[in-house]
Amino acid sequence: MFKTKFTALILLISVLVLPLEAKEPSKLITEIVNEASIILSSSDPVESKIIRLNDIAERSVDINGIGMYTLGKYRKSLNENQKIKYRKLFKSYFLKSFSSRLVDYSDPKINVVSEKKINENYTIVNTVLEETSKNPKIKIDWRIYTKNPERPLIRDLIVEGLSLARTQKEEFKSIIQNNNGDIKYLFKSLEEFIIK
Amino acid sequence: MNKILTIIIISVISQALNLNVYAGSDGTLDLNNKRKDQSTEVKDCFETVNRGIFAFNQGLDKIFFKPVAKGYRYLPKPIRSGTSNALSNLSNVVTVPNNILQGQFKEAGINTLRFSINTTLGIAGIFDVASYYGLNKLDKEDYGQTLGTWGVKEGCYFVLPVLGPTTVRDTIGSLANFGGGNAWYNVTIANDTKYFENSDYYYSRLTAGIDFRAKNLEAFNSLENNSMDLYASVRSLYLQDRKRKILNSDETTETMNDDDWEEIDTQ
Repeated sequence: MFKTKFTALILLISVLVLPLEAKEPSKLITEIVNEASIILSSSDPVESKIIRLNDIAERSVDINGIGMYTLGKYRKSLNENQKIKYRKLFKSYFLKSFSSRLVDYSDPKINVVSEKKINENYTIVNTVLEETSKNPKIKIDWRIYTKNPERPLIRDLIVEGLSLARTQKEEFKSIIQNNNGDIKYLFKSLEEFIIK
Repeated sequence: MNKILTIIIISVISQALNLNVYAGSDGTLDLNNKRKDQSTEVKDCFETVNRGIFAFNQGLDKIFFKPVAKGYRYLPKPIRSGTSNALSNLSNVVTVPNNILQGQFKEAGINTLRFSINTTLGIAGIFDVASYYGLNKLDKEDYGQTLGTWGVKEGCYFVLPVLGPTTVRDTIGSLANFGGGNAWYNVTIANDTKYFENSDYYYSRLTAGIDFRAKNLEAFNSLENNSMDLYASVRSLYLQDRKRKILNSDETTETMNDDDWEEIDTQ
C-alpha cells in the first residue's frame, strides 16, 4: 500500500518537475478539430454533444481574453464587480453561442493548410473547411495566443476574412452606444440571450 | 421611378463631398486602413432610418428570398452549379474593366480569356471549361472596389431597400454600371440590341440574389440565431468584407489590426 502511494507520488513529482513542451499552434487546431469531429459525428444526444463541445472550448479558447477584447474601450471603465459579472455572463454567452453554431454541422472536415507567426504572442493557423453538398469550401484562419507556448489558446476565428471577434466587438459597442453608453444594457442583453 | 433615382443620386453626391471625413463621434465603426497604424472610421449617418430599412429587408427576406432560396436548394446540383457558373461568367464584364482600372493587367487577361472560353465552349458560361485549361477563377472586382484602391474613403454607411448594406463610395461605384460600365446592362437595357430584353437583366440580378442566399442559408440562420443586434453584426461583416476585397488579400495578417489584441493579457 505504502509502495503504491510512494510510486504514485514519485510519478506525480516527476510530471510536475519535467519541463513542459511548447505546443505547435497548428497541432492544437488539428487536435481540437479532430476531437470536435468525433463528437459531432457521434450519435449522442444534442445535449451531450453540447457539453463535450463546451469542454473543448473551455480548454482551448481564451474566453476571458475574447470577452475583454469585445468590450473595446468600455473595458477600461468597468469596476471590479462589473468585471466579475461581465466575465461570468460572457462565458455563458460564448459557450451557448459556440455550441449552437457548431452543433448544426454533422461531420465537418477541416484541414490545416499552413501557419504564420505574427509575433511572440500570436500565430495565425490557416485551415479549410471542405466543401459539402450544402456549403462551398470555406477558408478559416485561427488567431492563436502563444504568450505561454506550452498552452496556446484560440482568440479569434477569421472566416473568409471576416473576424468573429471583431464582429462581436462591434455588436457589443452598438448595444452600449445605443443605450447612452450604459454597460448595464449589455449585461441585460447577454442575460436575455443566455436564457433564450 | 426617375424621381426616386434623382433623389438617391442627389443624396449620394451630397454625401460624396464628405468622403474624407474622419468621424469620431458615437455611432461609428473603427476600421483599419491598409497601413495598420492608420485607423479610419465609417460613420453610420442615418442609423435610425437604416435600421428601419434593414427591418423591411429582413421582412422581405423572410417572405420571399429565404423561401425561394430554400426551394432553389432542391434543384439538382448540376442545375445550381450551371446557374452559378453562368452568373459568375457574366460578372466578368464588370470585373475585367475594373481589373484594368486597378492596374491588374494579368488578371484582366485571365478573366477575358475565361469569359471568352466559357461563353463559347462553356455554353453561355454554364460550364467552367476555362478551369480545365488551368485558368482558375479569380476574385470579382467592381467599381466600388476600384474607388477604394484609388484611395477614396467609404463615406457614410447606409442600407438600401432590397439591395441591402452599402456605403457612399460603393453606391457611386454601382452607378458606374448604369453609365456604360456594365456591358450586360448596356446590351439588355441601355441599348436596343434586339437580342436581349430588359427583363433579362432583372432576371439575372434576381437569380444572382437567390443563388447567393441559397449558398448562405445556414450561415445566415446561424448569424440570426446568435446575434443580439443583428443590424450591427451585418454592418460589421459588410464593412470587413469590403475592406478585404479592396486590399485584394487573403492574408489575415495584412487585413487585421493587432493593436487592440496586444492590450489583452490573460497569460
